[in-house]
Amino acid sequence: MEIEMMTESSEVLKRRDYKYGFVTDVETEDFPEGLSEDIINHLSDIKNEPDFIREYRLKAFRYWQTLEEPEWAQLNYPKIDFQALRYYSAPKQNTDGPKSMDEVDPEILETFKRLGIPLGEQARLAGVAVDAVFDSVSLGTSHQEELEELGIIFCSFSEAVEKHPELVKKYLGKVVPYKDNFYAALNAAVFSDGSFCYIPKNVKCPLDLSTYFRINSAGTGQFERTLVIADEGASVSYLEGCTAPQRDENQLHAAVVELIAMERASIKYSTVQNWYAGNENGEGGIYNFVTKRGLCAGNHSHISWTQVEAGSAITWKYPSCILKGDYSRGEFYSVALTNDHMQADTGTKMIHIGKHTNSKIISKGISADHSVNAYRGQVKILPSADHARNYSQCDSMLVGKNCSADTYPFIEIQNKTATVEHEATTSKLNADQLFYLESRGLDEEEAIGLLLNGFCKDVFKELPLEFSVEAVKLLEMKLEGSVG
Amino acid sequence: MLNISGLKAKVGDIDVLKGLDLSVSAGEIHAIMGPNGSGKSTLGKVLSGHPEYDVVSGDVNYEVNFKNKDITTLSSDERAKEGIFLSFQYPVEIPGVPNEEFLRASFNALCKHQGVEEMSAEAFADFVRSKAKDMKVDESFLTRDLNVDLSGGEKKRNELLQMAVLSPRLSILDEIDSGLDIDSLKIVGEGVNKLRNEENSFVLITHYQRLLNYIEPDFVHVLHDGKIIKTGDKTLALEIEDKGYDWLI
Repeated sequence: MEIEMMTESSEVLKRRDYKYGFVTDVETEDFPEGLSEDIINHLSDIKNEPDFIREYRLKAFRYWQTLEEPEWAQLNYPKIDFQALRYYSAPKQNTDGPKSMDEVDPEILETFKRLGIPLGEQARLAGVAVDAVFDSVSLGTSHQEELEELGIIFCSFSEAVEKHPELVKKYLGKVVPYKDNFYAALNAAVFSDGSFCYIPKNVKCPLDLSTYFRINSAGTGQFERTLVIADEGASVSYLEGCTAPQRDENQLHAAVVELIAMERASIKYSTVQNWYAGNENGEGGIYNFVTKRGLCAGNHSHISWTQVEAGSAITWKYPSCILKGDYSRGEFYSVALTNDHMQADTGTKMIHIGKHTNSKIISKGISADHSVNAYRGQVKILPSADHARNYSQCDSMLVGKNCSADTYPFIEIQNKTATVEHEATTSKLNADQLFYLESRGLDEEEAIGLLLNGFCKDVFKELPLEFSVEAVKLLEMKLEGSVG
Repeated sequence: MLNISGLKAKVGDIDVLKGLDLSVSAGEIHAIMGPNGSGKSTLGKVLSGHPEYDVVSGDVNYEVNFKNKDITTLSSDERAKEGIFLSFQYPVEIPGVPNEEFLRASFNALCKHQGVEEMSAEAFADFVRSKAKDMKVDESFLTRDLNVDLSGGEKKRNELLQMAVLSPRLSILDEIDSGLDIDSLKIVGEGVNKLRNEENSFVLITHYQRLLNYIEPDFVHVLHDGKIIKTGDKTLALEIEDKGYDWLI
């Protein structure tokens, strides 16, 4: 464990604004605040859900009520009053929902356009299939027909419940059971929408699939659920992006993502998280409490998580891999940037069960201003996992004054044939490095970009190209003014 | 090319330069010597615009497009774009950034400023290798991360390579000789002589006369307590080598 405090003085320049902080003015259908069995039944009613989902929700809710909010993470925030939250908010629609993108409220389409997310007509031109989630509901999914020809199912979670209940029933909660943790139980009780994806045997998904999450309404939590299944020999690359308006109060986002890779299947899941992080005094921002886990169920399967965490007042997430199949591989590549008063406690768990399983963890934490940034990870080699290997590298970079970086690696080895390596470094992005680059003709922005790129290189190279360009820009923008 | 008059500068609350005058014309080499703490390195930092060094008063005029321009308000990247180069006494390590990538970014930033077409990665690869050969720098430096795991002497030679690539008009070499073995010193000396021409100038900041055996200065200045107290030709350096600074102070 390393703890280092910075006391160096830094000059705070004017920060660029959060450009996604606007609110869309749409009429919504909202639930009253609070959570009860009535609310859950009501949610199930309006979504017209089969009994197995309703039962699942209620079981999860009853279990959740027995739980206490976890406090083990290195996070500091006032207790959340779960009865003061609203658990459902959806834009009002004329009928049962839009039949196609063309029926979506133009105001909302405009929102996604401003966010740079192509929907409707634009989406047909772009080479990415998008599922857009606005508050509690999915607005629709692009490229569905093309994907259907290959047998790929890519739709909102609600649509999957309606059209493919057998698949949902088979896999829902198999990787993240509702008993997993406090927020997973809460999500299982109240999840409203999300994305669902099934890639059939031996199909390589020709498009990147992506989900874009947008929180718009005030006082509403977003609880989406994503389930991605790659059948034998299938492969898919999945992207996820998130933004929210700028508000003074905190908002809760408690998602669950489950990935399942069968024999020789491969899933690559990339996230660029840019939820509103609060202002420079630490007021407002999203609480991002997320459970993400992948199961390498089959032999030679492969799951890779890549995340760029640059937003949210608080981030609490550990995208993990359960390496059950022999020769399966799990990877976790992460860049977590915190500035102002942001707090991040993030990392991964690699659970080795199968023989010759292999995992790799590359974590880059950047903390600036008064922020707190922790890597928390677990590598567990079970007795059955002969010849398992893990390589972990956790690097922290401190920028400016009063920030801290911590590393909490837990390693548990129950099999003598395992090979486990862990490396960690802590460095400072300092004025001397910047001056050196600037004295060679690079302006401040170019210099910071080069330094960040250097530090995060091993993670950025895992991102799809467009995402990686976006990610560098996002980090540069966030750090502007923090380097003195 | 460079005219400094009455320059006073401080770092934090400490006054370091206390009325320094220096004039450098195109094609000249000036050596600045002086005891520890006299302000030699500060002069280099101030000229290249280090943000922690504040100019209190005085003028620093530098010729840009045949006109004298006060550069004290320019940021360090703007000064670099106008052809001012500082070779660092302790070059900074930048992990994850390959030397060649960094050099190309710098080179193209300068091209862009001068309205010259930027160089492609392929063309630059050839260009930088020819410069490395000229400066007798091993090609392997180019693919390594900037200054990471280089010895003190190798870092200095990497500074020389950067200077060769960026071809500045005014180069300030801050103790380029410190940490160099005798062979490297010779190579650095030859490198500077190769880069020298009628249009560029060098300011060599050094403690030791031996560098001047390889790079012959036109002027030698002695800096003490933030001011130049004596100026002479190369024989002054020999005299200092012999007698130290006490007789001047």
